[in-house]
Amino acid sequence: MSATIERDGDIWVSSKTGTRWQVVCGLEVHAQLRTRTKLFCGCETSFGNPPNSRTCPVCTGQPGSLPVLNEDALALGVRAALAIGADVAPWSKFDRKNYFYCDIPKNYQISQFDRPYCTGGGIDLPSGKRIRLHRIHLEEDAGKAIHDRGTTTLVDLNRAGTPLIESVTEADVTTPEDAFEYLTALKEILIYAGASNANMEKGELRCDVNVSVHPAGEGWRTKVEVKNLNSFRNVAAALEHEVLRQIVDYESGDESRFPVQETRLWDADKLVTRSMRSKEAADDYRYFTEPDLPPLTVSESFLEQQRNMLPELPAARRSRYVRELGLSQYDAEVLTGDRAVADFFEAAARISGRPKEAANWISNEVLRALGDADFAATTIDELPLKPNDLAELIALIAEGTIHSAAGRKVMRAMLETGDAAKSVVERLGLEQVEDTGRLEEWCRAALDGKDAIIADVKDGKEKALGALIGPVMQASGGKANPQMVREILRRLILES
Amino acid sequence: MSVSFGGQPDAVALRDSLAAGEGSVKAVVEECLARIAEHNDRLGAFTRVEDERAHVRAAELDAKRDAGEPLGPLFGVPVAIKANLCWKGAVADCSSKLLANYRPPYDATVVRRLIDADAVIVGSTNMDEFAMGSSTENSAHGEAHNPWDETRTPGGSSGGSAVAVAAGMVPVALGSDTGGSVRQPAALCGLLGLKPTYGRVSRYGLIAFGSSLDAVSPFARTVRDVARTLEVISGACDRDSTCLPLPPYEAVQPADPSRLAGFRIGVPKQCFPPELDAGVRKCVEAALKELERIGCELVPIELPHAELAIPTYYVVATAEASSNLARYDGVSFGQRAGAHGTLQEMFAATREAGFGEEVKRRVLLGTYVLSAGYQDEWYGRAQRARTKILGDYQQAFEDVDLVVGPTSPCTAFRLGEKTADPIAMYQTDLLTVPASLAGLPAISVPCGTSEGLPVGLQLVAPAREDARVLRAAQAFELATDHHRALPPMLQGAGA
Repeated sequence: MSATIERDGDIWVSSKTGTRWQVVCGLEVHAQLRTRTKLFCGCETSFGNPPNSRTCPVCTGQPGSLPVLNEDALALGVRAALAIGADVAPWSKFDRKNYFYCDIPKNYQISQFDRPYCTGGGIDLPSGKRIRLHRIHLEEDAGKAIHDRGTTTLVDLNRAGTPLIESVTEADVTTPEDAFEYLTALKEILIYAGASNANMEKGELRCDVNVSVHPAGEGWRTKVEVKNLNSFRNVAAALEHEVLRQIVDYESGDESRFPVQETRLWDADKLVTRSMRSKEAADDYRYFTEPDLPPLTVSESFLEQQRNMLPELPAARRSRYVRELGLSQYDAEVLTGDRAVADFFEAAARISGRPKEAANWISNEVLRALGDADFAATTIDELPLKPNDLAELIALIAEGTIHSAAGRKVMRAMLETGDAAKSVVERLGLEQVEDTGRLEEWCRAALDGKDAIIADVKDGKEKALGALIGPVMQASGGKANPQMVREILRRLILES
Repeated sequence: MSVSFGGQPDAVALRDSLAAGEGSVKAVVEECLARIAEHNDRLGAFTRVEDERAHVRAAELDAKRDAGEPLGPLFGVPVAIKANLCWKGAVADCSSKLLANYRPPYDATVVRRLIDADAVIVGSTNMDEFAMGSSTENSAHGEAHNPWDETRTPGGSSGGSAVAVAAGMVPVALGSDTGGSVRQPAALCGLLGLKPTYGRVSRYGLIAFGSSLDAVSPFARTVRDVARTLEVISGACDRDSTCLPLPPYEAVQPADPSRLAGFRIGVPKQCFPPELDAGVRKCVEAALKELERIGCELVPIELPHAELAIPTYYVVATAEASSNLARYDGVSFGQRAGAHGTLQEMFAATREAGFGEEVKRRVLLGTYVLSAGYQDEWYGRAQRARTKILGDYQQAFEDVDLVVGPTSPCTAFRLGEKTADPIAMYQTDLLTVPASLAGLPAISVPCGTSEGLPVGLQLVAPAREDARVLRAAQAFELATDHHRALPPMLQGAGA
């Protein structure tokens, strides 16, 4: 069906009817806050623990138990809000969202309805587009219902009560690329702000899509919600599929096929969305103010405190790296993709005073080691190499103690052992050889039988020398000073 | 005085004599358990008597005394708790079939504080299911009977705790008061019943009915016992975010009647409605004269929005209850029924089979008033009315120190008399509900009898002024003999 519809920027054009379709899409993202304990009790937040081992009277909804707000969750929620430039309400409140399901022990979820703690803000995408945020609110997660055990359903409440922030965008998303870029940027910001680990595989980040289409210039049409999106790629794919489905169904002219307000599930294997339930039968959540919790107040001083704890965000870092440190846009992006890497880079750059070299070493050698099974490290913090070690290596090369080619060997040894650069250089005997006698020996050996090259050099073809330097360096085990080698070779040829 | 515990007239005297080395906790506990054994089948006060735990506890406390350790403010005092208070390992079934055999895995804050104060909890008491009722007739365990006339109700919903104290089984009992559930049974059984300021006592471990109204509240025979109990159970609690950040209540020294001299007592016209029982009116008017005699000035006042109190209360409390009781669905809590259908079918079957009629009525009412499209008309309006009712009191307290009137519009009514007419039953809360909606401290004090049945006088003070109601109650107690009146079953018993 996609063959008849083509994209013209933000507009989807049907070749069948010539209609120009406008997409209206908003994203709802649930992010787990990176707290040690749950939102309303002292149980630790956990992943992969034995079922129901991280529970207490509060998060299992025992009769008579009461919620007490975890201040850390509020702090992280506020930091996330500040990181996207949103407004934090000085006064907000919690509400009960009432519905019956087996994984929600109280049969209501404590959430925020009409007075969320945060409104506004937005994220600028690399494409230059801005996605505005409508609101962010705090809420507790449900438990997990396991339905694949025959007629029995099992319930694990370890996750029940885990703190979440739900962020809702304005309907500014009009393409799958917007969705992908937005989610990537939001995830990056949440991680930088320290608000969430945002690991989708662990369910720390979940995204629902609301989407509708209408002919450009006309009013908005019925909105469909798509759930069960377990990767950013799936979000983009589901959005694309759903837009095409809706356009095709509208263009069929058959009213029975027109999109209805409903929730659809994304099937990542078959790459289609399918209807889950129609909103006509939707629950009435009977929201009302949570009587067990006082209003949520955020003072100016608390806000200031959280603002001070925010690190420089990735977009700001990137532009500073390019502007002030002279890095390429590409290097700046590589280094800021992970906050820990960026922090490592900044430390190494500061200590060594040579940001470009530090950037090269990190993007060429250090990050490669993270993907290498030999080093058993998946994050930069797990490597034995620290920023001051890298700075020392950079200094040794700058001083000429070792050649940069040898530096790679030293780096590898440092990554393996965690030893300091100097001791690796000494152990491997990698100091540059500047002893003219030894250099001449290697050079003479390299000249042996290379009459053609010698003749070229004598003819003034200086470039031909390059073919000789390589073998000398090789013979020296990378230790020869290449500058001296070049001079000696030239002298020997001219003297011959 | 023919009711005694270890030969002492009240809990404070009992504690002091035990602490002074007289008698033993063992003997006191045996005496109480014997009285319970003798009368409970007939009166229906306790739904569970934890005699084994009480014996073990008595032995521990006697050993503690023998070891010369410091002794708590309720040392050796037998206490009964309403069956909606969590006591780890004991059954807290809220007198509901649905929660039959529910044993909470934790202690309520008030229970923990009673234990820390060296009290002996002897069992849990009968109540209207989930505290919904005014007569203790909505109970899966059968009704409780008023010791003054066993064909009559002790009131409710904390009827079991009231009966336990009125029948001399224990000197002190805890109930919960949402719209009058302690004050009204106290009035109908000739006892003191104090609903503290909302938030003075932690609700952690009190199985919720109407969260913004629920208050753990003590029954006793003397004001000093009420004060001592409040001292033990009150104070900030880090497990209840609505608990006020106040230190535990400190009992004032015994007040002599003259300390009320100059007190301005507000008497609201609205507390004397046409339907007020004539005998009740007579006793309350006599009590007002008594207050005047000891130096108080009576000031006629208005609580113009009082007539909104009953409808407001039944919207707010049922709305909260519909949500609070949602968890009883057969998954974790409740006797599961319909386990072979879908999840929703199991929820429905469990609730259909487990909840009694009154609970179903209120859950439906509460669900309705929160429904989309009706929420503002009902719940929203009720919240606004609640603000106005509080405003009435605030205005009154600019001029008067206390607001005083009858606790209940009638004396103990016959069992079965109002069960067919929920509205008539709801009207019995008419005079207690306003202070609940306003979160104010209020006490019911015995003020005589009418045709052999006790009448209660209600004193209401501004928020946090629990000490003021207790001081006034104590002055009234010292000036009168009403609190000494005993039900026939205890008269001349020589116990």
